[in-house]
Amino acid sequence: MTPDAIITLPFEAAYTSLQEIIELLESGEPTLEESVALFERGRLLGAHCQRLLDQAELRVTQLNERENERD
Amino acid sequence: MLQEQTLSVSDLTATIRGILERDSRLQDVWVQGEISNFRKVASGHLYFTLKDGKSALSCVMWKSTAARMHTLPRDGDSVLAHGHVSVYDPQGAYQLYADRIRPVGVGDLYAQFEQLKSRLDAEGLFDSARKRAFPQYPRIIGVVTSADAAAFQDVRNVLMRRFPLVQVILSPTLVQGADAPPQIVRALARLNDRDDIDVILVCRGGGSIEDLWAFNDETVARAIAGSRFPVISGVGHETDFTICDFVADMRAPTPSAAAEILTPDIAELRAGVAWLNGRLRGAALDYADSRRDKIERARRALSAASPAATVRLFRQRLDDGAARLTADQRRRIALWHERVGARTDALHAASPAAILARGYVMVTDSDTGARVTAAADAPRHLTLQFHDGARRADLHDLPAFSSNIDAKDDERRDS
Repeated sequence: MTPDAIITLPFEAAYTSLQEIIELLESGEPTLEESVALFERGRLLGAHCQRLLDQAELRVTQLNERENERD
Repeated sequence: MLQEQTLSVSDLTATIRGILERDSRLQDVWVQGEISNFRKVASGHLYFTLKDGKSALSCVMWKSTAARMHTLPRDGDSVLAHGHVSVYDPQGAYQLYADRIRPVGVGDLYAQFEQLKSRLDAEGLFDSARKRAFPQYPRIIGVVTSADAAAFQDVRNVLMRRFPLVQVILSPTLVQGADAPPQIVRALARLNDRDDIDVILVCRGGGSIEDLWAFNDETVARAIAGSRFPVISGVGHETDFTICDFVADMRAPTPSAAAEILTPDIAELRAGVAWLNGRLRGAALDYADSRRDKIERARRALSAASPAATVRLFRQRLDDGAARLTADQRRRIALWHERVGARTDALHAASPAAILARGYVMVTDSDTGARVTAAADAPRHLTLQFHDGARRADLHDLPAFSSNIDAKDDERRDS
């Protein structure tokens, strides 16, 4: 997954991916090369999660009451 | 025998209480009557008597339950009281331990409520198997409530504080009155027409039972049951239960509580992310360490299994061998030297130069170079080859040929 793709991830997906990466790394199964790539991705995911939390601002929208009315 | 049939007053009372408490009809019962002798004592408990034309029933409502009553009944009110029947031992009096009191007018609503509730329950709409789980981190929460209601503000505040990552889509509706049920149904439908909703929160602040009645409407209940997205209800106060609560995937005691249930706390998330970041670094370091260890172990194993020692051993043997070989060789060479020396001496001894040096002379014909070996064949002109040079000689016949050495010596002397 490219850094660009990570930036578009919602919090839950990023958080879950980060957890999975850590578990993979902790398993010691990946090759050295893979583990370097995993760590780099994990680092980006962690930073992304942090950024999402720091920049979060509650958005509230209101649906039009007439919209999609079915009677 | 008389002894066996005698019960103490306490035993008898306990027996009677046991009979009453084992009768399920008496443990979950609605009783209709008129309130009399109502009093609230200093401890906060309520005592009253329910009467009709013929009978009277002592009732008590404990302080903890009484505290939740919006309005207290007064003597003369027609009410429905709910509770269980038991015995007050010190007076040997059975009484109703009430947990709810409703005016009779509302009691009709309650009858409807109970009827609808048991009908929908029988249909399976409240089955726990139907209950859907909520996403752990919702992205979009659809809220069905009135835009102006304090309940909505409460929900917003909770979400802003706990999980501002979430987006709120308000589907506004009236939440009380005769028009409320169809509006709530439409508000749910508007959210269900979308594809991006993670969970729906149906909520309304506290109020009287009539105020909350829209949430006991069958069409509303069915709309909630039919929602594509999971629904959480937060209607009224903690003590208020509506049909919506039963049919929703989860019931929250209040709108704020519903918002809390739906969302993780951002402070915990921050801590979680920080923890994961630390764990990631730790995992990477551990990974590197474990690889380093592996390499180190392999290196040690390699050196243990290394042929270097064998090589050293063989090299030593080679050195020993080489030393032995050299000694052998030396011996052999010396032997050969000796042998060759001996042969060379023999050779030298046998060489013509050595013979000449011993005083012999080689005679050749000066004209032809042919060797002269017989006196009879000797020409006149001779070349005498000494060990240190050659001389010419002319042959003059001697009176007699002698073959002895002395003669030769004489001959040489003469030439």
